[in-house]
Amino acid sequence: MSDVAIVGIGMHPFGRHEGVSGMEQGAHAVREACKDAGVEWQDVEFAFGGSSAAGAPDTMVAQLGLTGLQFINVQNGCATGGSALFAAANTIMSGAYDLGIAIGFDKHERGAFRIQAGNGGGRDWYGGSGMALTTQFFGMKINRYMQEYGITQNSLARVASKAFHNGALNEMAWRRQPFSEEEVLQSQMLSYPLTQYMFCSPGEGGVALILARADQAHKYTQKPIFLKSAVVRSRRFGSFEVLAPSLALEHRAGPTVDASKAAFEMAGIGPDDIDLAQLQDTESGAEIMHMAENGFCEHGEQESMLEKGETKIGGRFPVNTDGGCLANGEPVGASGLRQVYENVLQLRGDAGARQVPNDPKVAYTHVYGAPGISGVTILSR
Amino acid sequence: MTQVSINERVLDISSGSPKLLGVRCKSCDNHMFPTQKGCPKCAGTDIEPIELGTRGTLWAWTIQGFPPKAPPYLGEVDPAKFEPYGVGYIEIPGQAKIEARLTEADPTKLSAGMDMELVAQPLCTDDDGNEIVTFAFAPVATE
Ligand SMILES: [Zn+2]
Repeated sequence: MSDVAIVGIGMHPFGRHEGVSGMEQGAHAVREACKDAGVEWQDVEFAFGGSSAAGAPDTMVAQLGLTGLQFINVQNGCATGGSALFAAANTIMSGAYDLGIAIGFDKHERGAFRIQAGNGGGRDWYGGSGMALTTQFFGMKINRYMQEYGITQNSLARVASKAFHNGALNEMAWRRQPFSEEEVLQSQMLSYPLTQYMFCSPGEGGVALILARADQAHKYTQKPIFLKSAVVRSRRFGSFEVLAPSLALEHRAGPTVDASKAAFEMAGIGPDDIDLAQLQDTESGAEIMHMAENGFCEHGEQESMLEKGETKIGGRFPVNTDGGCLANGEPVGASGLRQVYENVLQLRGDAGARQVPNDPKVAYTHVYGAPGISGVTILSR
Repeated sequence: MTQVSINERVLDISSGSPKLLGVRCKSCDNHMFPTQKGCPKCAGTDIEPIELGTRGTLWAWTIQGFPPKAPPYLGEVDPAKFEPYGVGYIEIPGQAKIEARLTEADPTKLSAGMDMELVAQPLCTDDDGNEIVTFAFAPVATE
């Protein structure tokens, strides 16, 4: 997949924006992306838009301009943004269009996600019993993982502290106040062993990416970034997933491992070729587990990597350079595209105070979420 | 006070002792909870109802430290009265891992592999004065 380039990027700051709808944040991101690519909205031939809680994306044309373009809505849980990007890239590769846009935005109510199930009759026993919380899954998974591979709570705190440090360098981030590891550990225990500052919060924001045929990319930008892979995978039998009332006795790796392998195969490279990564960090433990699930280290090796600061911006393998979900919050529809936005900035060399040194050339994104879905992209200059 | 199951399709308390209602795939022996019509392992549809075992071992666990949102939660949501509760997966031998509340909420008293047994746990009282009960697993007392 070397035929598609990202030629324009736009973002509405993440966080809480009283009086601004999720869709307005998405439209803002679209205008910024058009400006970045030097195109008008009228030039955009097609769009894929995703949002989980902020309305049907295609209605956005009422604000942007009724140009009659092909606009398709995508809703795919936490992989919504990645799915929009996948669809947009394939639309260009198919030859159907030359210039399009992938859009993701969202706006969620405060606090943990409210998840209500239809049971086909009777009371909602799962939510009613207090088990329909994604936070519990993350607590259980990392709790087990820590026992199995010798990861300590200090590592959880290091990840969170790094995220807030990076967020402080990012003018688009929601949480820009650095916290020490001690402060992270002292915050309220939400879902053992995870404390409040180890969790991200549902939030708001919007991102848009303009994609073009690679051989036309220089019409729009001096620094095109090429999409080497975009992969979305769902779970297979035996994996341990969020919001599962029961699991199989047999245990197998989740969709992240499948998506990662497929993405590396598509790009024709391996984990050693990646210069930096944005990995799903719904909470600190997720970032740690996802380092190994995506092939960047062995299980358990994260403990020493974090102790040595290897995943900091100046480290050997920087992870979540924009502060990740922890510092940016998680507007579900926009989250995966935020990661791609950050990697484009880093590969262009335009990431300012948080620029990864030594001229990075290849960058990786990974999302994971309910109900057991994962999306990976690999970008290169 | 009369006790009623949170959902009779999932939890049967009519005999006085709680039973979880699942299904088994006759083609591949995969066990599922709650009931469903197709098998995610072999894609088969020859499914029969079963009662799940009531003893097992703790596979994964956490402690719910803040009140869930209501709705959907039926238990105590007042932060002043809320008591943290355990949540975990219990591996029922030969069947499946079942997600459930745990009666124990002290992390120092929970560990993977410990023996657990099914109990009924009161959640709240409905408008008719009935006590709504859900299911939980409790550590098996060691003699
Ligand atoms: Zn089967």
